[in-house]
Amino acid sequence: AQVLFSVKLYTVHQYLNVTLFLYVFPQMIARGKNASDLFPAVVKNVACKNIEVKKLVYVYLVRYAEEQQDLALLSISTFQRGLKDPNQLIRASALRVLSSIRVTIIVPIMMLAIKEAASDMSPYVRKTAAHAIPKLHSLDPEQKDQLIEVIEKLLADKTTLVAGSVVMAFEEVCPDRIDLIHKNYRKLCNLLIDVEEWGQVVIINMLTRYARTQFLNPNINESLLEESSEKAFYASDDEEDEDKKAEAATLAKRKPYVMDPDHRLLLRNTKPLLQSRNAAVVMAVAQLYFHLAPKAEVGIIAKALVRLMRSHSEVQYVVLQNVATMTIKRRGMFEPYLKSFYIRSTDPTQIKILKLEVLTNLANETNISTILREFQTYIKSMDKDFVAASIQAIGRCATNIGEVRDTCLNGLVQLLSNRDELVVAESVVVIKKLLQMQPEQHSDIIKHMAKLIDNIQVPMARASILWLIGEYCEHVPKIAPDVLRNMAKTFTNEEDIVKLQIINLAAKLYLTNSKQTKLLTQYVLNLAKYDQNYDIRDRARFIRQLIVPTDKSGALSKYAKKLFLALKPAPVLQSTFKDRDHFQLGSLSHLLNAKAAGYQELPDWPESVPDPSVRNVEVKDSVCARRTVLTGPEESDSGSGSESASASDESGSGSESEESREETESEDEEEDEEKEKKRKKRLDKTKAKKPAEESAERCLVLPNVSCSAPSFPQRAEQWHRGQKTRQEGSEESEKCLRIRERIRKQRIRGRVGGGTIAPSGSIKMYELLHRITGEGLAVEYCFSRQPFSPDPNMVAVQIQFTNNTNSETKNLHIEEPRLQSGMRIREFTEIGLQPSGESVTVVMGIDFCDSTQAANFQLCTHTRKFFVSIQPPVGELMTPVFLTENDFKKEQGKLMGMNEISEKLMLGEKCVNEHVIVERVTATANLSRVPCGSEKECRFAGKTVSSGCLVLVTVPTKEGGAAQLTVNCEKMLIGTLLVKDIMQALSQ
Amino acid sequence: MIHSLFLVNASGDIFLEKHWKSVVSRSVCDYFFEALERATEPENVPPVIPTPHHFLINVLRHRIYFVAVIQSEVPPLFVIEFLHRVVDTFQDYFGVCSEAAIKDNVVVVYELLEEMLDNGFPLATESNILKELIKPPTILRTVVNTITGSTNVGEQLPTGQLSVVPWRRTGVKYTNNEAYFDVVEEIDAIIDKSGSTITAEIQGVIDACVKLTGMPDLTLSFMNPRLLDDVSFHPCVRFKRWEAERILSFIPPDGNFRLLSYHVSSQNLVAIPVYVKHNISFREGSSQGRFELTLGPKQTMGKAVESVLVSSQLPRGVLNANLSPSQGTYTFDPVTKLLSWDVGKINPQKLPSLKGSVSLQTGASKPDENPTINIQFKIQQLAISGLKVNRLDMYGEKYKPFKGIKYMTKAGKFQVRT
Repeated sequence: AQVLFSVKLYTVHQYLNVTLFLYVFPQMIARGKNASDLFPAVVKNVACKNIEVKKLVYVYLVRYAEEQQDLALLSISTFQRGLKDPNQLIRASALRVLSSIRVTIIVPIMMLAIKEAASDMSPYVRKTAAHAIPKLHSLDPEQKDQLIEVIEKLLADKTTLVAGSVVMAFEEVCPDRIDLIHKNYRKLCNLLIDVEEWGQVVIINMLTRYARTQFLNPNINESLLEESSEKAFYASDDEEDEDKKAEAATLAKRKPYVMDPDHRLLLRNTKPLLQSRNAAVVMAVAQLYFHLAPKAEVGIIAKALVRLMRSHSEVQYVVLQNVATMTIKRRGMFEPYLKSFYIRSTDPTQIKILKLEVLTNLANETNISTILREFQTYIKSMDKDFVAASIQAIGRCATNIGEVRDTCLNGLVQLLSNRDELVVAESVVVIKKLLQMQPEQHSDIIKHMAKLIDNIQVPMARASILWLIGEYCEHVPKIAPDVLRNMAKTFTNEEDIVKLQIINLAAKLYLTNSKQTKLLTQYVLNLAKYDQNYDIRDRARFIRQLIVPTDKSGALSKYAKKLFLALKPAPVLQSTFKDRDHFQLGSLSHLLNAKAAGYQELPDWPESVPDPSVRNVEVKDSVCARRTVLTGPEESDSGSGSESASASDESGSGSESEESREETESEDEEEDEEKEKKRKKRLDKTKAKKPAEESAERCLVLPNVSCSAPSFPQRAEQWHRGQKTRQEGSEESEKCLRIRERIRKQRIRGRVGGGTIAPSGSIKMYELLHRITGEGLAVEYCFSRQPFSPDPNMVAVQIQFTNNTNSETKNLHIEEPRLQSGMRIREFTEIGLQPSGESVTVVMGIDFCDSTQAANFQLCTHTRKFFVSIQPPVGELMTPVFLTENDFKKEQGKLMGMNEISEKLMLGEKCVNEHVIVERVTATANLSRVPCGSEKECRFAGKTVSSGCLVLVTVPTKEGGAAQLTVNCEKMLIGTLLVKDIMQALSQ
Repeated sequence: MIHSLFLVNASGDIFLEKHWKSVVSRSVCDYFFEALERATEPENVPPVIPTPHHFLINVLRHRIYFVAVIQSEVPPLFVIEFLHRVVDTFQDYFGVCSEAAIKDNVVVVYELLEEMLDNGFPLATESNILKELIKPPTILRTVVNTITGSTNVGEQLPTGQLSVVPWRRTGVKYTNNEAYFDVVEEIDAIIDKSGSTITAEIQGVIDACVKLTGMPDLTLSFMNPRLLDDVSFHPCVRFKRWEAERILSFIPPDGNFRLLSYHVSSQNLVAIPVYVKHNISFREGSSQGRFELTLGPKQTMGKAVESVLVSSQLPRGVLNANLSPSQGTYTFDPVTKLLSWDVGKINPQKLPSLKGSVSLQTGASKPDENPTINIQFKIQQLAISGLKVNRLDMYGEKYKPFKGIKYMTKAGKFQVRT
């Protein structure tokens, strides 16, 4: 019928609307019907324009590609085309479907697509690439090594969108490659709060494992204490205190524990997530605190976990399981919330039993009376499974807390007269366990129970009573033989477990009171000899040999009494949740108390501190836009390697700052310099401190680093190196150069001034290659603010080469651009020949992708190569846009909230009128003025060059030089940087 | 992570399946059906069921089991929370989440599931983004679609996924700009036999319905924020601001959402708005039992207690109940032994009561368990914790929105033990 149905559909398809036809598929797939016969007809539609049809084709394709591999290949080219689409969403969706097709033949294509997407400029495409990694890995595990490379690259990504997905890929492909995390650890901690909730869960779980391998146990000094106090768990408080004091005295001699600042960073950044609406996130943070936090701080998670108990019953179930484990280790933490675990009659049974477990774990001397009163009401419940569990809980309380043992026992004995047999049976079992602790005092209870045996039918309970009588037959010498007599009568009708206990009772009585019971015992053993169950037959034969003396009986029978009536230790009633915490809490394995596939063990704390410096990030001075980095090839080799942010290295360069500086730098640079000096002095001081404190200091400084703040010391150092080399040059040539420079600047100004948009202020020249490093070739560049005609998404950079040597320079060109993902360069045409003493100006285009990351490349002449980099000030990443006042307001309205950054400032002394403000702002950023009715307000508009996001700037001025600067931009980073720069320009 | 999803209805049929990785045979659900059979009540099915090769994680909502198939280690709450999110999304889209609704909209359901998970890892779960991708079906649109042949899938590309504010779409426009906030508090309490409170706590939520043009930035402040003991936020709320100033500052999602849920701890004294006088007794040897219930208001701050509904699970030995209510109606189901009494409004002058006798099965002995009484009620215009919203301000947009705040108190899990 199914085939018929499909065939019909197929014919239908010939005549009917494609859309209509496709609606049937989800129905078929959803019901699990096989619709693979239609594959060719469907795949044809893959290039269909209609988005919905397209999506449905995708669904179909992914579902059946595995079965129809050859045909699936037909569709691949469509996706390959999609991967090149200018629209990021289309690129992403093409990659998503392509990577979901489980056909091994296309593995190389997928690999290539993933690699390409991993360096896509759109974070959304990169996220999709991260998602594709586990897909490819499950399809072909041999690609693992290559995929790890991609993961490594994506881990370094700074966007929140990618972070969660790539960590998920990491967990699936290479969870043991902890070394990949080091460099990204701080960044992940800092991004965490902004990552989407599902990503948060994955990251937190991974970081828990990471922290266990990299930091020391914060409770290391207490772990010894814990062991000793556990033994004295239910002993009185005084004893415990004394113990603690003694321990503390020995511990005081040991090295004090200092928490690694990175460890602290993790704890601090995860804490706010306890307020998440997502239960999984809360649980993840809770387990992180449980496994990683110092004992004193774990308590904060209790409140959040108790809150989760209000959620759906499935959530409750999982949370209670985890709470049950936690209460064993850290009872105190949940004690204030005792009442939240009280049981309602409407709770599902499984929840009731878990709550009972928690309540039992929480019981101590102070609250036991309230808990027992609560238990008493539970016993009256209609839910019999729950009643049975309650009785067991009472038993556990009684064994753990000595003071209430008698009360509990009395209560349980009263239950023996309960009408419900299950209740009685459960009580008997529990009483048996309790009596074993002090049988002498309770012979009357044993007597009472002996009487019960006539009424109780539950096998386990009967067996328990028989065992009790046998074990303590000396306490009830008169009743015991009588019970045996009765049992012998019904022996054949009993359950196996009861039969075994009858034999047991008989044997014990024979040993203690053989006069009365000899015949009975023989009788029982004979019955057992012919029992159907071989266990019982075996047992009977064994016991007969052991107790009945014959001439053949071995040496063992002498010890029969010792064997049977040895003192038996009382059973320990303990929670089934004990020791479950060796599984990571919140995990599936913990819930099942068994290792699930793919579970990563929670490592033990390391004995000694692993090297904390592995997490130090080599800082790229990403935002020091004002300055050109001046590096020749030799320097970059020796420089960047040794500079790698180790704190002591940096502070070592402090003395250099005392050297005299040149005067040609602009004012703002000098200011920066001042700051840097101060900073260096501070670092010098820290050097003197202990290493632990130093790393604490580092923690204060570094978390920001990954969020693109520049590292001051390093910047300074580079600057100084530039200074030094410059000083080496002779005074004379310095002067000449300055004059020449001035001339050149004027020339440029003249040329640019002709442009329509260029601001009235001068254009700043930046140095790309100093004449000395460049061995006579000096290169300067400026942002001409002209549209770059070959590609409107690029920023035009005007580069001027001056040949100061005595010979010609040939073949000037660019090589090996090393760019951040998404960045592009359009090189200038090679300059074939540059005569000595001449200057040549060329224009090149760089797409910075709206970031202030530097574009690195090599500048080559016929003899030498120079590593250089161009870093744009944020203001140069935009082009002016003309807006009317109304349009401006409308656009501004759309860019509110997180897209708006506002700062108050005091205008500098020179900013006396509107004109100066306009000049300053336009000099800082490539924006155009927007007409405005009010004199007190200046508005500017522009858009970013590569993505065309609007950038709106408003500067309303108030009396007395106060002003407010507001920047609206969808790209928050651009907005923040721009605010900083304009503020600086205006407050001078 | 999540391998496949099966939807199972109350009668144990799989009516929808969806696979995100390779196909898992639906026979894997046999393990679930076994567990279902073992469980006495539908809600007693363990949420996590291990099978030889897979793990089944299920949630029960609206009498549908959502069974997710897992192959390797994953935090169970992750899956459970996601499944609930799926149900919420269905509810959001179709109004109800029932078998019929899902079957009627199977295409939309499929598209939704496709967008929500990629290779088993959540991709887009924010309702705002989803609605941009897939338009919710309305009657009008269905009609239009059948005539014109157009579809539910959004024609524009979903830019929301790229936004910094993923919960709000851009370019929202309304002619009437409104923002409504409902402060709803639920009292969870256990009252013992003698009428004293064993435990009581207040769980509150602030549900919002915000229909505002553009990108408004709202701040909501309370008169007495210290009351809130433990809070959890919608991701839109700026946590730092709350930490520092106890002010809720947020760019709201468009439409309905839960802004905040909070907890007022049991350490604070909780006002209990109703009391119950009860006398339920069975005599030994007789087949009759006495049953008397009287309700009365207590600490209601002068507000009326409405929509009162009393229910109680009577002992198994009870055969029938013969009662007479002073107001409202009562029903007794002899099979499930569930007694429920729809009281309506409590009139302080004339207290509602339910009196009469219950008959026991012949030969059944006196039941020794006591039924517990569950009570539901509503009190309008009152937040029982005393929480008050101080003011709501809007920044970033020029128009003046219409603002409204409503308070309500409800009974949560309110039980009286007898």
